[in-house]
Amino acid sequence: MILPVVSMRLIAPAGIAFATGLLILLVDLVLPKGRKGLLAVLSLVGLIISGSASSGLWGRYEMAFRDMVVADNLSSGFGIIICLTAFLVVLLSRHYIQREGIDFGEYYALLMFSTCGLTLFVSGKDLIILFLGLEVFSIALYILCGFNRHQLRSAESALKYFLLGSFASAFLLYGIALIYGTTGSTNLDKIAQVIILNRWGNLTLLMVGVGFVLVGLGFKTAAVPFHFWTPDVYEGAPTPVTAFMAGGVKTAAFVALLRVFSGAFGNLYPDWVRILSVVAILTMVVGNVIAVVQMNLKRLLAYSSIAHAGYLLVAVVANSTLGIASISFYLLSYVLMTLGAFGILILIGRPGEGNLKLEDVSGLSRSRPWLAAAMTILLLSLAGIPPTAGFVAKWYVFTAALKEGFFSLTLIGVLTSVIGVFYYLRVIVYMYMREPLKSVADAPTWSSWTAALAVTIAVAGVLLIGLFPGSLLDIAQVLATGVR
Amino acid sequence: MNFSSYPILSGITFLPLVGAFLILLWNKERQGLIRWTAFITSLINFLISIPLFTQFKLGTAEMQFEEKVPWIQSWGISYHLGVDGISLLLVLLTTFLSAIAILSSFSAIKERVKEYYIFMLFLETGMIGVFASLDLFLFYIFWEAMLIPMYFLIGVWGGPRKIYAAVKFFLYTMFGSVLMLVAILVLFFSHYQATGEYTFDLLKLFSLSISPAWQLWLFLAFGVAFAIKVPMFPFHTWLPDAHVEAPTAGSVILAGVLLKMGTYGFVRFCLPLFPQASQAFVPLISVLAIISIIYGALMSLVQKDIKKLVAYSSVSHLGFVMLGLFAFTIQGMEGGLLQMVNHGISTGALFLIVGMIYERRHTRLIDDFGGLSKALPVLAVFFMITTLSSIGLPGTNGFVGEFLILLGTLRSVNPHAIAYAALAATGVILGAVYMLWMYQRAMFGPLAKPENKGLKDLSFREVVILLAMTAMIFWIGIYPKPFLSRLEASSYNVLKQVQRPAQETITNGGEDPHSQGEAR
Repeated sequence: MILPVVSMRLIAPAGIAFATGLLILLVDLVLPKGRKGLLAVLSLVGLIISGSASSGLWGRYEMAFRDMVVADNLSSGFGIIICLTAFLVVLLSRHYIQREGIDFGEYYALLMFSTCGLTLFVSGKDLIILFLGLEVFSIALYILCGFNRHQLRSAESALKYFLLGSFASAFLLYGIALIYGTTGSTNLDKIAQVIILNRWGNLTLLMVGVGFVLVGLGFKTAAVPFHFWTPDVYEGAPTPVTAFMAGGVKTAAFVALLRVFSGAFGNLYPDWVRILSVVAILTMVVGNVIAVVQMNLKRLLAYSSIAHAGYLLVAVVANSTLGIASISFYLLSYVLMTLGAFGILILIGRPGEGNLKLEDVSGLSRSRPWLAAAMTILLLSLAGIPPTAGFVAKWYVFTAALKEGFFSLTLIGVLTSVIGVFYYLRVIVYMYMREPLKSVADAPTWSSWTAALAVTIAVAGVLLIGLFPGSLLDIAQVLATGVR
Repeated sequence: MNFSSYPILSGITFLPLVGAFLILLWNKERQGLIRWTAFITSLINFLISIPLFTQFKLGTAEMQFEEKVPWIQSWGISYHLGVDGISLLLVLLTTFLSAIAILSSFSAIKERVKEYYIFMLFLETGMIGVFASLDLFLFYIFWEAMLIPMYFLIGVWGGPRKIYAAVKFFLYTMFGSVLMLVAILVLFFSHYQATGEYTFDLLKLFSLSISPAWQLWLFLAFGVAFAIKVPMFPFHTWLPDAHVEAPTAGSVILAGVLLKMGTYGFVRFCLPLFPQASQAFVPLISVLAIISIIYGALMSLVQKDIKKLVAYSSVSHLGFVMLGLFAFTIQGMEGGLLQMVNHGISTGALFLIVGMIYERRHTRLIDDFGGLSKALPVLAVFFMITTLSSIGLPGTNGFVGEFLILLGTLRSVNPHAIAYAALAATGVILGAVYMLWMYQRAMFGPLAKPENKGLKDLSFREVVILLAMTAMIFWIGIYPKPFLSRLEASSYNVLKQVQRPAQETITNGGEDPHSQGEAR
């Protein structure tokens, strides 16, 4: 019997996050109630180490554990992005969970476990590892969504996410089973080989399997028509957790989508390109159109995150090196602007998740001008208006699509983004062009320097990437060339 | 002093940002300091832009004062600035009008003063950037980024329907812009296919030959973006709203500079990049231009609000500009380009005067006035001069531009040239009717209304503003040669580019755009 190659270095990013989570659980026991600041510090340190472990894998191409786990630029680059996301989320959470009365050590531990699942997810070269990673981060997130157990909405959010999420996982698992049944393997490279050699058992079953995998991953990316959970879950979950789902989970899910569709099923491209094009169009249209009527800011950002999944799917459909490069660039920009925007929601929020309706930001530019200015920059970036990261990201994605001749997809993309401009601008209208509500203006303001720091990082990142995207574009290009 | 080694264009583009950051540091209570910082910044900016005019080399269509620094190398994007005769005057118009607009806001803007001047200076940077950039990526960034400050200027400091107007303005422009974005990307890839080089450099893209079928689509994509900005009938509906709701300085900039970006876009991009399509679209554009002229004039005739009247007159005047540019004769081109500047000055001055009256009376309805010339004799003189310049009386700037445009239209090879010119000439007559009628009702007659009696005439600051505008009106009206001579070489060059024969198509294999389907 040949033992498989065991290389802990390849799973170090996930391992470190996991170990940090365990450490937090232990340290939590000795910390008195209400003094959990040390745990946040521990999480941040753990995430920095995990992120540097990911960056250490840059430029390699190594497999381990019977080719189930891979270290390539994709897993390395996205490992860093996920750690960055979690880092910002910890900063956003620190005072928020005190405010909401949920300052328990398990919060940080679960966040670490979820990060562990996500980093494992992006380095999976085998459907089983993908499933494992997905379950690890999902289960942690089910709990996190309902972490604010005093709140009905939080409990509803957790239940909804859990039920629908399990359903999606079941689809994914069934899809994996069908693919294994027809190709004889769960390894992505082997599946690709089988497909190239036309050695599958039953094409119909294989295609059904591919479809089920799309359902499972589409659920996590919040693509239409698998998006129905998104607004409710995003609204009910504690805001930092929402930010983590919108940033981290979507990022990781897109990596998996790339690995499975561009990688393993690359040779079935003519078969899935139409399905994915339709999903992309639906996602862009539905996300943007429904966002227009949202009056709750968290729901608005939820639909905005659906719309962004649509733009990203356009790049997946392009199925080229440029497409992958643009996805990485887009996701980094997206993480910064989305986390920044949720960070602002945390800063303007009141205990009990109040104050998150559109009217509540009326006149914010007078009461808190810096916060309003930061939100404006982030919203303009989400809308894709220069000179911000969001603009370069959209430009990059549509460049990739147009290069492969997807003319109408690009056209639909840019036109729906005009709808997007409308609802992002509306928030700015409320902040700058309306008088503050009496009730809001009189209420005491709440502040958190860690959340403010996270927002500052996000705004600075969005502007820097927007003005000087050059080197980052080159890195994205290098990242993409290593794939496949 | 030798300016050739000094990056003068970057200087005037980014100096306003320096001023904006200075203002950011001041305490918001110190309104005087903020105002003067903004004004002095824009005044210095205007002064340092004058060497562009004096040191401009005549007789060449080459880009001058060029600056080129690689920005995003892997995509062939560079920070490339430069001006030729076409953009030179518009850059100067921008620096001139920005200083005037900022000075004119001193008494009008009392709320949120700090943010106001920051946005004004941001806007100036954006506008100069649009006219000076020679890289399509850079151009697009300035083109869109400039929307943001204008949106805030209308939306925060505007009139009662400000939010509607601001959002409408933004969405209309954005809609056109994204189509242009797609077209820019198509150009980018066409150039790559033809030469193997990734570049957004406009001067390199000029040498590209595009198949006629693609030219039509690309012309349309660029053209809609620009036509919305001009605005040409039927894309004009955002303009009256935006103008009426915008604060005075916003209207001045909007009419004076922002509308010119549309016409400038046609000359700079559409004509040289898509010559065959431009020729094919001459009848359509000319007809739309004439509809704009007459429709704008008729709408002005029935307005009760002076500001709205001036706004609709812009639609009419810009119709003239478009007609001249698309005559493809040297007189039409130079007349159109000069009329862009003239309109900026005359209409800018009209908006300033309307603003000054509004500050005194808090109404803009013609019926509320009558006999104002007795209460405000100095203002009445300036108003008269500006009105006449807007009509195009000989001796004022408007005459030179309109005359050249009509002459150019008549001399164009277009079979319907005489009809176009005749219809456009009725626009001139209608222009005289609505402007003089408005002037008569507002300024002459008995000073019947008691509210109008005690009005104070112009302050020293307002006289300075209007004197500067009037000086330009007469300078261009009496001695336009320094302006026309700077336009000449570039106008000939654009005409040469647009009339170049259709070449063998290299790019896109002459494919029809429809055949570029989803699947490869």
